[in-house]
Amino acid sequence: MTVSATIRIQEADFDVAREIAALSQGRTDVGAVVSFSGICRGAEQGEPIAALTLEHYPDMAEAEIQRHADDALARWPLQGLTVIHRFGRIEPGQNIVLVVTASAHRQAAFEAAEFLMDYLKTNAPFWKREESARGTNWIEAQDHDDVAAARWTKS
Amino acid sequence: MKVKYFAWVRERIGKAEETIEPPADVRTVDDLIGWLTAQGEAYAYAFEKPKVIRAAIDHAHVKADATIAGAREIAFFPPMTGG
Repeated sequence: MTVSATIRIQEADFDVAREIAALSQGRTDVGAVVSFSGICRGAEQGEPIAALTLEHYPDMAEAEIQRHADDALARWPLQGLTVIHRFGRIEPGQNIVLVVTASAHRQAAFEAAEFLMDYLKTNAPFWKREESARGTNWIEAQDHDDVAAARWTKS
Repeated sequence: MKVKYFAWVRERIGKAEETIEPPADVRTVDDLIGWLTAQGEAYAYAFEKPKVIRAAIDHAHVKADATIAGAREIAFFPPMTGG
């Protein structure tokens, strides 16, 4: 059976429990579900923030996430895959991103989820701007995120 | 061709998108950055550190030496900070 990824780019929040259940309910071939939730922190580099605003490039975000989801499905034996990325204004404690992977055994689910998150960080066209008492600032990309993504490149 | 700008590149240029017609000797992404840089102070500010700028052609990441021939939509933006 061909597995296809569910990809949603939305302003609205999502329900993590519901998304996990959607990949495993009513079936007996899934032995492992891994979920990663990215949540807005209340501080950036020690400074409290009021909110993050995520700008994105809609058409490309869709295409880029689809490419990496297809890559994950080709590399690991997954039974299901969901990626949700929010845009717009997000306050501390609220969800930003969700990756859920389902497979027969845990290793594929863990690895595919980590692979997708590493690539979303460095390749998905989203940009975070923080709001704090000092005004608004674009958050700078982190070198360690590039290092994390590079380790999945096939040699 | 259509050009789109995002995040601080968009803010510095002061617009999200525009249609441009660069001359024929503008062949690569790098050439296009050079040409845009000469279009005024706002562009020069946005592209003041060209090595930092990322580009995409028709919704796929490209390197600075990529050819722009046949491109419908080119986007310029800072390194991504999603996830």
